[in-house]
Amino acid sequence: MYGRKVKLRFLFIVLILITLILSVFLILKALEENVVYFQSPTEIKLLSELNKNKIRVGGMVKKNSISINSNEVNFIITDYKNEINVSYTGAVPNLFEEEKGVVAEGFLKDRNFFSATKILAKHDENYMPPEVKEALGEK
Amino acid sequence: MFKLLEPNKIYKITSRAPRYILFLFIVVLSVGLVEALILSPADYKQSDAVRIMYVHVPAAWISLGIFSSLTLLSICGFIFKNKNFFLISKSLAPSGFVFNVIALVTGSIWGKPTWGTWWAWDARITSMLIMAIFYLMYLIVWRIYDKEEKVFKISTFITVIGIINIPIIKYSVDWWNTLHQPASINILSKSSIHSSMLYPLLIMTAAFALFSLLIFLMKYNTELIKIKNRGLDRL
Repeated sequence: MYGRKVKLRFLFIVLILITLILSVFLILKALEENVVYFQSPTEIKLLSELNKNKIRVGGMVKKNSISINSNEVNFIITDYKNEINVSYTGAVPNLFEEEKGVVAEGFLKDRNFFSATKILAKHDENYMPPEVKEALGEK
Repeated sequence: MFKLLEPNKIYKITSRAPRYILFLFIVVLSVGLVEALILSPADYKQSDAVRIMYVHVPAAWISLGIFSSLTLLSICGFIFKNKNFFLISKSLAPSGFVFNVIALVTGSIWGKPTWGTWWAWDARITSMLIMAIFYLMYLIVWRIYDKEEKVFKISTFITVIGIINIPIIKYSVDWWNTLHQPASINILSKSSIHSSMLYPLLIMTAAFALFSLLIFLMKYNTELIKIKNRGLDRL
C-alpha cells in the first residue's frame, strides 16, 4: 500500500523512540536517588552511612508533636512506620499543621534527629469546600 | 485520505471559523471565570489560593496535549512527506508554549503561599520546565533555517525527543517523592476534588482549548495565505 521509503521512515521513527525510551529509562533509574525530592523517615533509617550533605526529609507531621518555644519549632515527621525528630528555627509556612504533609530541608544529626534549615508544607491532592470537610469530620 | 486536508478546500472553512470560535471562547471564558472566581467555594485548607488552580491545571493540560499533537503531526508529516502536517504543527506550537509558561508561572505564584517556596527542583516541576525548553527549541528551529526540508526534519527530531518527557511529567508524582501533589482527577477511580471545584475547572479547560484553537486557526490561515501568495496552490 505504502512505498518502501514510507515504511523505512516509519521504522526509523520507531527505532529512535525505542532507543530514547530505553536510554532515558536507564538514566532515570541510575539517578533515582537524585530525582526524588525528599526521603521518607524509613529510607533515612535504612541509610548505610550518614553523610554531611544537605538532604530533605518528608512525611506527615505527627499528631500533637509540634512544640514551639519562642522561635524554635520542634516536631516529628512520620510515615506511619518510622519517625524522625526535627528541630527548626524560623518561620513556618501557613499550611504547616499537624497530620499534614511537610518537607524539611537540612542536615541529619543522626538517624533520629534532623536539623532543618527550611520547612516546606506539602499540599495533598484533596480539594474540597470547608463545609464538606466538616461533614467528613463528623462521620 | 490526505486529499481532504488540501489547503484550498480547508481555507474556506478555516478563514471563517475564527469569529465563531472567538465568540464561543468569550462566552465560555466568562462563564468559567465567574464560576472559578466567584461561585466556587474556597478550599478548606488553602482558602482562596485554590482559585489559581483553575488557571494552572487547564494550562498544564493544554500544553501537554498540544505537545503530544505536535509530535504526532510531525511524525506523520515525516513518514508520509506531507507538508500540511508540519504547517498545522507549526501553527499549534505557540499557544502550547504560552500555556506551558502560564502553568509554570501560576504554579510558582501558588507555591509561595502554600509550600513556602517559589521554586523547587522536584521531578514534576523540572520536567515541566524541560517541556518549555523543548517548545522553545521547536519554535526557534522554524526561524533559523531557510530550507523547509531541513526545518521539517529537525523539528520532527525535537518533538520525538521531547515526547519521552510527556509520560515522565504525567507519572513523575507517582514514581518519585515530589513536592508537587499527585493528580486529583482520575478517570478510572474516584477523584479527590469536590464536584463544586471540578466543574469550574472543566469549563476553564474548555475555554483554554477554544483559545488555543483560535490562535491555531489564525496562525494556520497566515500559513495558507503565505502559500497562496507564493503561487503554490499545490503542496
